[in-house]
Amino acid sequence: MGKKVLMKGNEAIAEAAIRAGCRLYFAYPITPQSELIEYMAKMMPKADGVFVQAESEVAAINMVYGAAGCGRRVMTSSSSPGISLKQEGISYIAGAQLPAVIVNVARGGPGLGDIQPAQGDYFQATRGGGHGDYYVICLAPNSVQEFADMASLAFDLADKYRNPVMILADGLLGQMMEPVEFKDALTPEEILEKEKQHWDWCCRPNEDEPNHHHHEINSLEIDPKELEKHVLRLGEKYDLIRENECRWENYNVNDDNELLCCAYGTASRIVKSAIDQLKEEGKNVGMVRPISVWPFPYQQVAAGVGPKVKRVVTFELNLGQMVEDVKLAINGKVPVEFMGKVGGLVFTPEDVKAEIEKYL
Amino acid sequence: MRHDILCSGFGGQGALTIGKFIAKAAMAEGKFVSWLPSYGPEMRGGTANVSVVVSDAEIASPIVSFPNVLVALNQPSLDKFGPEVKAGGLMIANTDMCPNKLGRKDITEYYAPMNTIAKEIGNEKVLNMIAIGMIIGHTKMVSYETLEKDLSAFLLKKNPQLLEMNLKAIKHGMDLVK
Repeated sequence: MGKKVLMKGNEAIAEAAIRAGCRLYFAYPITPQSELIEYMAKMMPKADGVFVQAESEVAAINMVYGAAGCGRRVMTSSSSPGISLKQEGISYIAGAQLPAVIVNVARGGPGLGDIQPAQGDYFQATRGGGHGDYYVICLAPNSVQEFADMASLAFDLADKYRNPVMILADGLLGQMMEPVEFKDALTPEEILEKEKQHWDWCCRPNEDEPNHHHHEINSLEIDPKELEKHVLRLGEKYDLIRENECRWENYNVNDDNELLCCAYGTASRIVKSAIDQLKEEGKNVGMVRPISVWPFPYQQVAAGVGPKVKRVVTFELNLGQMVEDVKLAINGKVPVEFMGKVGGLVFTPEDVKAEIEKYL
Repeated sequence: MRHDILCSGFGGQGALTIGKFIAKAAMAEGKFVSWLPSYGPEMRGGTANVSVVVSDAEIASPIVSFPNVLVALNQPSLDKFGPEVKAGGLMIANTDMCPNKLGRKDITEYYAPMNTIAKEIGNEKVLNMIAIGMIIGHTKMVSYETLEKDLSAFLLKKNPQLLEMNLKAIKHGMDLVK
């Protein structure tokens, strides 16, 4: 670990990705994630990597498909409308079981929406996003430091499960500067070592396997019996991910909680402030923050409901999406309420506090 | 200790930079900081603002709705955010661009002709450094030495003359609130 630097989330995730061994990056600019692509344009050549500003989001994700098929650490990034354009490619990458990292610095929608922070992409991000039976592992940071830390985690998870991993941030996390401390950069030897785990299936030429070109990267399986086997194998993989990769944070969760909140990403920062203010007034409220939104930490959210909790309130910057997962987690034990803010606007700690007080 | 700072002005006046230097210096002094700019489709001559939080404790929400320190470099900023300053807070305004005063009795108000002073120092660009001097002079949020060190680190070789003007502007700002 080095010393702390003050950086925007967009720049921090780019720097952290390079340090985590990303040497191929393909993207198309879009606000509010453009500092990410700018940073990559500047720094990737210095890291002896490849940067391409593709002609479109569709082209960029298909370049990612190609590089991932060669077992390389590859990343793309965009913001909501651009992520929608990439969904066909993401489905192909998931179908072909390739490791890749996709960053979504989400903004207001639907359609072109606006360029302010929003969480309207939750359903898309946690339910695969494109066509077919698949999931992407989806991590949702709530600080610049966590955003940066997720780079190496995302690449490791993508490698481990041969599955696309999405980091779901938003305009606020992308634009905000906070102190960040980076992990040491992987050496070229360490990167090669990471990539070698893919040599038995990928298309990268290497000394171990002169017949590399006989490996097939494909998401097409025309025989239904064969496709059935393939999709069932994917299903087993998703079960394994659900079992092993739930991540969450408990904030002020204890047996004396009067109420439990659930929020992720930027919204969770606001809820934390409200919980702190309520604490000063002697009111005891906790929060479970899902860090992985797929797999969703159902058990951990349910476990956060203490003996005195009469209600769970979910806070999101959308019309109510994660609240469906929270309801599945709580399973009727106590009522689940929802407060949202849309249009790229963000609720204030005072708004959240007033909502919580309605139920105390 | 927690400071919720809002700096606002016309694009190009350096409001975002005020926040950046305060945040960097506070970070160097071991504080928790966040810097959140307004961003969007602004027209030329529109306003830009930044929310900065400096705190001894971890920062939950980085959004500043009710600042205890406001820097208004132009009249629209003063009109928009002046009424939101927390009682007991500090408001610093640039009189060259703010003909109308705020006139609140429950906060400390400082007025300075920042464009004029900056021109006298030798470069109108350093007007934001006067505001920084006034902030740290009044609140002691960060020390002058930390700012000098940070500014020197990247300006000493590149433009020593500009560095000197920047430091002079900070000191002048500090003197204004003595």
